[in-house]
Amino acid sequence: MSFVEYSDFIQDGDVAIVYLSHDSMMPVKVQHGAQTQTRYGVIRHSTDLIGQRYGSKVTCSKGGWVHVLHPTPELWTVALPHRTQILYTTDIATITMMLELKPGSIVCESGTGSGSLSHAILRTIAPTGHLHTVEFHQQRAEKVAEEFREHRVSHLVTVRNQDVCKEGFGVTGVADAVFLDIPSPWEAVGHAKAAMKKHGGRVCSFSPCIEQVQRTCEALAQQGFQEISTLEVLLRVHDVRTVSLPLPDFGPEPSALPQSNAMGEAESCPVFAPNHTSVSLKATTPPREMPGHTGYLTFATKPRT
Amino acid sequence: MADSDDDDCQYRIKEGDYVVLKRGEIFKAAQIQLKKKMVFEKQWFFLDNAVGQLYSTTFEIVSGGMLQPKKLKDAEKCSETKAGTDNRNIVDDGKSQKLTRDDIEMLKEQGLQGQEIIERLIENSTTFTNKTEYAQDKYIKKKKKKYENSVMILKPTCRILAMMYLGREPGKICHLRYDTLAQMLTLANVHARSKVLVFDTCAGLVLGAVMERMGGHGFVIQMYPGGGPVRAGMESFGFPAHFHDTLYEFPICHVNALLAGTLDTSKKDSADPKPSNRNEEEEPMQPEAEQQDTAEERRSETTSTDKDSTQDPKKEEKHKDAKAEEKKMKLEEKRRKLAAAAALLEGRNADGLVIASRFHPCPVLIGLLGFLSPSRPFVVYSQYKEPLIECYTKLKERGGAVNLRLTDTWLRHYQVLPNRTHPMLTMTGGGGYLLSGTTVFTDGSKPAASQRAEEPAPKRLKLTDCEG
Repeated sequence: MSFVEYSDFIQDGDVAIVYLSHDSMMPVKVQHGAQTQTRYGVIRHSTDLIGQRYGSKVTCSKGGWVHVLHPTPELWTVALPHRTQILYTTDIATITMMLELKPGSIVCESGTGSGSLSHAILRTIAPTGHLHTVEFHQQRAEKVAEEFREHRVSHLVTVRNQDVCKEGFGVTGVADAVFLDIPSPWEAVGHAKAAMKKHGGRVCSFSPCIEQVQRTCEALAQQGFQEISTLEVLLRVHDVRTVSLPLPDFGPEPSALPQSNAMGEAESCPVFAPNHTSVSLKATTPPREMPGHTGYLTFATKPRT
Repeated sequence: MADSDDDDCQYRIKEGDYVVLKRGEIFKAAQIQLKKKMVFEKQWFFLDNAVGQLYSTTFEIVSGGMLQPKKLKDAEKCSETKAGTDNRNIVDDGKSQKLTRDDIEMLKEQGLQGQEIIERLIENSTTFTNKTEYAQDKYIKKKKKKYENSVMILKPTCRILAMMYLGREPGKICHLRYDTLAQMLTLANVHARSKVLVFDTCAGLVLGAVMERMGGHGFVIQMYPGGGPVRAGMESFGFPAHFHDTLYEFPICHVNALLAGTLDTSKKDSADPKPSNRNEEEEPMQPEAEQQDTAEERRSETTSTDKDSTQDPKKEEKHKDAKAEEKKMKLEEKRRKLAAAAALLEGRNADGLVIASRFHPCPVLIGLLGFLSPSRPFVVYSQYKEPLIECYTKLKERGGAVNLRLTDTWLRHYQVLPNRTHPMLTMTGGGGYLLSGTTVFTDGSKPAASQRAEEPAPKRLKLTDCEG
């Protein structure tokens, strides 16, 4: 297993995703002799996981079962331990395309945070690209570097523990794309420009507040960035279910009543409910509550300098 | 600007390159061909002069339709102008512009640059100085859009082509909006060194997007309906030759045979090719023909037949022989390709499945899902939600998939300007729907009855009843 390459069988040292239900997944570090507790009972790694195929159904001690899935950046995003607020797949997908990431891209990112976006970037730029990620919080930087090793992608990434607003990305003239998710991105726009290739590239800044966007756009324009564009993408999840809609009873039809001839008479007649009183159909419902805002995404192009 | 840098050559426009022309927010895909007239945004020009220039250069269209790299404008609007504070005294009498339409046409004929025409318009507008700063800005922007005759030449990317198709030919890509395409690539975990199945009737845009993300590493198997795969969108990416080595094709009409193990790809065509099979492969081209971007070869084939029939019979005979030979070669080539794709599919160990088509997604999904390894993602696009509801239900019954989600995304653009920040006035109404999920091992037994409540809380129904 690696986050950038599929394998079929679960091995010692892998990170697997235990799928309990569609809103409950947990990452498991597979180790000989280790056990994992779930609400369906215990999973014994040596017998239940190691040597099994990814995608298998594993029966837990209490008789319940779970599926064990191969890790992907998207599953990791919903299962990872939060150390910060994270970016979710909807924004990540948009960022990846709008930054034009592909195998071989050199990317700069700050802050690393919990590494949700980092894993998606690594997946996309492998096997020949590289990610330079900057995190000013020392513990977070160390923790995420450790995760990259566990996930077998550390050869594709350099984690730097420094302040991007003051010290930049630690590289100059190499990046095809830069991503900023920091409280004051406008202070890092100059460093972003310096990190990018001479021939140009793409930049993205993620900010929750419009005032941050305003200042970032000004800084981008000042630094000569072009095609500045701010957008927002919202995910809507549709819940599929069978609903049944009751039919109102209009009373017996006039044709069924031999003596009635007046139009309004049906209403005053005694009600005989027909046998079928409802219609059932497949429908979707929106969730009762949904994230209405994550952040504004501001994209720009650095022209050739 | 040092133009002599060695690494520059990869960023230079070459003859034969696939490029994208851009003006304002309008894009158009093109190929750099010498002495070929291009029409873009009501203007015609030749791309000859672009050769050797760097990508992302803006060109001005000068007399004779030649392109000239635009010099960087020195301080766009240095003139400090007066501005009003509000519009209480601005009256729409239709006389504020002193230049007539004929005057403007004259200026154009004199070969004035767009910028100069705009300056004249401003000079001759009696109300311009009374307008607010913002209104002036807006006025200039509007005029620029109309009179500027510049065009930018870009290297094609998924982002640009997806935006281009949506703007120009949304019908051809089933109204797949670019943010939806972005979701698909991510949800399907498309990456280098994997084996991805693509069923695409979106002009080949989705196929191209998948190939870009694979970077020429791994396998892409394009499942196609009808007589041949549609690839116009993919061609526009201008991938290097080695990307094409990773691309395989398989006709969807052979899926059943492949699944049943009855597909014979070894048939020697020197022996009589089974007529039934032959028909199958060549006949279903009628629905595809309307799509107009089908295989080039077929078009040339038909035109040559037309010509032949008018010529004398002897020549015709000869041609027939040559053509028969050619046809045989093509059939052989087709058989070889089919066998290669079949071999890749037979392992039933693909790593991802991406479906974006105008067909009913349900049979496509159920039919192709069997080619995936367990624990692999799949994503289905449909312009409409209803068929995906059906897919969802079918998959729940069938089992073999978890993490099912039916989603769509909203995309909102913002105008961000000092004191004028707001959402854009218009947004696209619909970018289509996605059904995504992950395959899992199917054991013989049927999955336990769905745990999900099948109906919304009935209590609430009663409540609403009482309200009335």
